[in-house]
Amino acid sequence: MSILVLAEHDNASLNAATLAVVSAAKAIGGDVDVLVAGEGCGAVAEQAAQVDGVSKVLVADNAAYGHQLAENLSLLITELGKGYSHILAAASTTGKNVLPRVAALLDVDQISDIIAVESADTFKRPIYAGNAIATVQSSAPVKVITVRGTAFDKAAETGGSASVEQVGAAHDAGTSAFVGEELAKSDRPELAAAGIVVSGGRGMGNGENFEILYSLADKLGAAVGASRAAVDAGFVPNDMQVGQTGKIVAPELYVAVGISGAIQHLAGMKESKIIVAINKDEEAPIFQVADYGLVADLFEAVPELTGKV
Amino acid sequence: MKVLVAVKRVIDYNVKVRVKSDNTDVDLTNVKMAINPFCEIAVEEAVRLKEQGVASEIVVVSMGPKACQEQIRTALALGADRGIQVETEDKLDSLAVAKLLKAVYDEEKPDLVILGKQAIDSDNNQTGQMFAALTGLPQGTFASEVKVADGKVSVTREIDGGLQTVALNLPAVVTTDLRLNEPRYASLPNIMKAKRKPLDVKTPADLGVEVASSVTLLKVEAPAERSAGIKVGSVDELVEKLKNEAKVI
Repeated sequence: MSILVLAEHDNASLNAATLAVVSAAKAIGGDVDVLVAGEGCGAVAEQAAQVDGVSKVLVADNAAYGHQLAENLSLLITELGKGYSHILAAASTTGKNVLPRVAALLDVDQISDIIAVESADTFKRPIYAGNAIATVQSSAPVKVITVRGTAFDKAAETGGSASVEQVGAAHDAGTSAFVGEELAKSDRPELAAAGIVVSGGRGMGNGENFEILYSLADKLGAAVGASRAAVDAGFVPNDMQVGQTGKIVAPELYVAVGISGAIQHLAGMKESKIIVAINKDEEAPIFQVADYGLVADLFEAVPELTGKV
Repeated sequence: MKVLVAVKRVIDYNVKVRVKSDNTDVDLTNVKMAINPFCEIAVEEAVRLKEQGVASEIVVVSMGPKACQEQIRTALALGADRGIQVETEDKLDSLAVAKLLKAVYDEEKPDLVILGKQAIDSDNNQTGQMFAALTGLPQGTFASEVKVADGKVSVTREIDGGLQTVALNLPAVVTTDLRLNEPRYASLPNIMKAKRKPLDVKTPADLGVEVASSVTLLKVEAPAERSAGIKVGSVDELVEKLKNEAKVI
């Protein structure tokens, strides 16, 4: 068996999500090749070659792949992927955008967001917002799969010595173009990879009040997240959203502040090791999943907590 | 221009699902069903494009058993012009739906196809992308803004870390994210009017599509329960527990 992993990167460095995908690939077994497609992405390829367990790094350096447009990238992966038994990518917005397109071009079904590898053809994945776990078996000649990053340990960033091979194929479908992007700037750790996450919900009242969460987060070295209610109310930008339709996190410690705990939100964080809930409504569903619950006014409890940790 | 919108009948998002005791699937008997929330956003966007004078006709399509006509009627009540149901009792995977949708697309020849980004039952997030691949159309997934001008559609996409804008040649495929719009409610007169709007029923055989899947569902289980936690009385106690018991800070 041989497995092709699509590297997630920003043309400068390899995203940690890819390391978890490499681990999932190792659990399936076989040679693991990593495809780095981008523009000026040589440094990423060097990084990928160091990752423990990677046999070969394929580099497709071309302007057509600069912004990972699905139309172009899927043609490349489909061409390269025909020789592989599995094609894997992180269940990130990039992986979710590109991989189903690859699967359809190969005329195979795709398995999304796996959380466990049972065998080379059998996988577990959450359905119904994480309220049920399905075990599925695929008979497709090429198994196209996205991997939930938080469900697998990250492969070591060093210890590997993969060969780096250039692939020439430039596919430009010519149907789409990158116009621009607007990335939220943050000095705090990335939400999906943080060891501690502090999240606020509708109970925060407004965007300014998130300052008290930022203070707590900075003290803990934590990332700040939010519930859909807080995002929809315009308190914070949407890339902070934790939940079924936002980011899935599984940190050591998750602190939910002013979050009631709707199914949609729980789907994004209930794999966290320790969950702390601070809410003034003692009936809030979040207390049913919290390891430690504090029934209190968050505007008093959070500053006090910041002072004491 | 003509807009095709795909909608799916799913369990109502407020219902907490229960796994069947024999672990074959989740139990959907006597459970409230509704139009998938992302599909509702897709219908709303199409209706807004019509109100702006950009779209001239909205066709809404759903695949599944007869009951999904209910969701098509809902979409018609929200402002779609006519409906197509592809009737099948088979459980459809995303690739099968994408193939059926391609067959409908080939007959209808719309300029824009709008889908939700994912259905809240299977949580796949595949159909829009697969359909785009099969038709060779460009895709604007996870859209939070859609603007049609000069034969192109500009789509602002929600990506990890922020927003990205792409320009797609028409015809194109757009899948909706939550913040694209706030869907309206159907008014009673519109619900009555929707009953008289045309609704065609086809079968996969009419469309010449095989709906077989290469994925077998072996088992469905309830997720592992979290062990019950405790309520602490004060911030001091919380800090003490986190430091000494859980050892996470």
